[in-house]
Amino acid sequence: MYGKGILTGMKVTMARFVTTYLDDLRMLGRRYYNPAGIEYRRSKDAKGIFTVQYPEEKLPMPEEFRFVPFLIYDVMPDGSHQDRCTSCGICAKVCPPQCIWIEQTTNPETGRPVPEPVEFFIDIDICMNCGYCAEYCPFDAIKMDHNYELASYDRHAYHIFNKERLSQPAEYYAGIRPANYSREEAIRREKEAKKAAAEAARAAKAAE
Amino acid sequence: MTEMTAERKLSALEERFPGKVSPDARPGYEGFTVAPKDLLEVATALRDELGYDYLSSVTAVDYPEENVFEVVYHFYKSTGGRALVLSAQTPRNKASLPSLTPLYPAADFQEREAWDLMGVKFEGHPDLRRILMWEGFDGFPLRKDWKEAYYEEEHKPFAARWPEGAVRRSEDLNAFSGNVAYSKEFMAQPDKYEEEAEPLLYAKLNEEAEKMGRNFETDFVTVNMGPQHPSTHGVFRMAVMLDGETIVALKPVMGYLHRNHEKIGERNTYLHNMPFTDRLDYLSSMSNNWGYALAVEKLMGNRVSVPERAEYIRVIMAELTRISNHLWAIGFLLNDLGAFFTPSLYAIEERELILDIFEATTGSRMMCNYFRFGGVARDFPEDSWNKLKDLVNERLPRRIDELDVYLTNNEIVGSRTTGVGVLTPEEAIAYGMAGPVLRASGVPYDVRRADPYGIYESFDFDVAVRYHGDCYDRYIIRMDELRQSLKILQQAVKRIPAGSVLDKNPYNVRVPAGESYGRVEGPKGELGFYIVSDGSANPHRYHVRAPSFINLTALEKMCVGQKVADVVVILGSIDIVLGEVDR
Repeated sequence: MYGKGILTGMKVTMARFVTTYLDDLRMLGRRYYNPAGIEYRRSKDAKGIFTVQYPEEKLPMPEEFRFVPFLIYDVMPDGSHQDRCTSCGICAKVCPPQCIWIEQTTNPETGRPVPEPVEFFIDIDICMNCGYCAEYCPFDAIKMDHNYELASYDRHAYHIFNKERLSQPAEYYAGIRPANYSREEAIRREKEAKKAAAEAARAAKAAE
Repeated sequence: MTEMTAERKLSALEERFPGKVSPDARPGYEGFTVAPKDLLEVATALRDELGYDYLSSVTAVDYPEENVFEVVYHFYKSTGGRALVLSAQTPRNKASLPSLTPLYPAADFQEREAWDLMGVKFEGHPDLRRILMWEGFDGFPLRKDWKEAYYEEEHKPFAARWPEGAVRRSEDLNAFSGNVAYSKEFMAQPDKYEEEAEPLLYAKLNEEAEKMGRNFETDFVTVNMGPQHPSTHGVFRMAVMLDGETIVALKPVMGYLHRNHEKIGERNTYLHNMPFTDRLDYLSSMSNNWGYALAVEKLMGNRVSVPERAEYIRVIMAELTRISNHLWAIGFLLNDLGAFFTPSLYAIEERELILDIFEATTGSRMMCNYFRFGGVARDFPEDSWNKLKDLVNERLPRRIDELDVYLTNNEIVGSRTTGVGVLTPEEAIAYGMAGPVLRASGVPYDVRRADPYGIYESFDFDVAVRYHGDCYDRYIIRMDELRQSLKILQQAVKRIPAGSVLDKNPYNVRVPAGESYGRVEGPKGELGFYIVSDGSANPHRYHVRAPSFINLTALEKMCVGQKVADVVVILGSIDIVLGEVDR
């Protein structure tokens, strides 16, 4: 019969229409504007309306999500800030669109480079959020951020981020990427312990 | 096909043409060289005697030191097997070669591209106009001595970034002073200058129309569909000559999204290119990553090896990409048919869940940048692994069946697509069609089976094939491929071993000199990356064999004789992405 295919198809649409309301009623008040509801809507059992009402609702960010990078500083026991960045320049070299500018200084007395950047710029209009800088940084000094709401009224005035704008404490990093942070911290502690052990051994040898 | 038999076949070519064809002696090169005057003869024999009927890729390479352009051809047999690479050289100042388009229509757009970007003339080409740049553009942008508007340095990384770090915007450079060339005609009379593209295009349309026979009762009408047209899924234009409502001739006009991807690729280091490949076919970045990784890994040879777990993850990601791409293609084909957004939104729901997995694993929904030379960037986090298992075992099969019930037997879909835009198997091969378009025409050619890469040999799946070659078959074959991809995914999820996912990951990748062509079966067809390395940190030549672009070669063939409304459906059934067409 001509039209049978269309009718069978319409049944699918009809079923979808009905489930939307059934689901809404079943989860009355819990389906929208709350984290459990959002989680349900992106699960394998989700039926009905899929849409997340941004900006009133926001999808939870998975840990690996990457957006424009930021720099990490450690807060020292005396309260001072210590940049992790040593201005080695690897991030600037691996950056595919070349949006990272690093100004290195040399100690005027010794003439050797100081392991801390004077300035660090990222042009966020050019950054393609690839994550290479974070991946290849040997000091865990630059990481990808979760904050994607960076729009502003004047890109010329605000879209080149300097070191001050880019810097975040290590706790911030631990907050957005807990699994990565604890893994990297474990490796750092292990390295430091090894270094301390080697130094102790050297000192012991010197004492002999 | 094993190494041995391939070798024997290749030497058959030498025996057939003693003195005319010789193996490429340069280290790292795998092909044969032929003199331009013998090119047509050799190519004819390849097609008619040796069975290499599928011309996959044509591209030109600039060798300024030797003062030559080299045009490289990759031939395949449509029954499967390895490539036969043929190359011919022509002097730089008088670059000209015989065109292969009369023998292999697949060369049509690719030779136009080589003319457009490299300035190699192809004698005997029926329609040698620029294709990506506009007519009146001065210079050939892929030549090594051509410099782009924001030119900074020959190769990345740029010296200005570190250690001085003198930040500035590239737009603050005076873009149009020293490094942009205008044509002499333009400079003579800028306000009176008129580019020749339109007259040339319409002349070509008229020429085709004359062949069809104009008569006195009716006149032909020229209609421009696009560049802004909802059916084109981007910025794409078709100049159509109509007799009433019937199409007499059609010429696609493209390049509106052209960004000289290949030149960018040659300025980049090998590693830099990976995120740029995401932006080709932006719906299937994982497949693009794989094609590029494959080409570079081929060049690196035994310097790199991919751990087994990474091979499995590559397959999983590529097949998930295929599913999300085909869902998108089916959804938007229905949009083109006039079923406005209900089917496509049903299809996109499932894609959304796949993108959630991509985001949790790679860090981005679409621009995944996930593959590295020697593996993948990182392993699955546990929650996204569980999500993946639920998706491929439970939800996706259910939803694909629902989509099937919803659309496949729909009478309107049937009457709009059945018998529309037919391509015979012979035509599909001659025009170099790839992917679902080729297989819907009854040619069971799938790179995953014809020339296996990765670990596809160890999976049990069928090459989907349909035999009518019309739009309906191009729809239904995507349904078939969805199910085959699920089959692969279910096996992969079950069998995946534990272990590391990345061999080593240096930031300064070094690649020995030579050439390589890595190809994968992307969702849209054979996606190939041709790379020439001179041993430095940056590729000497980086070329993308874009399936969307080459599948458009047969667009006119499919459309002529159909009604104007069918053009929309035919274009939708090819499934193009303009990011890849225009590159």
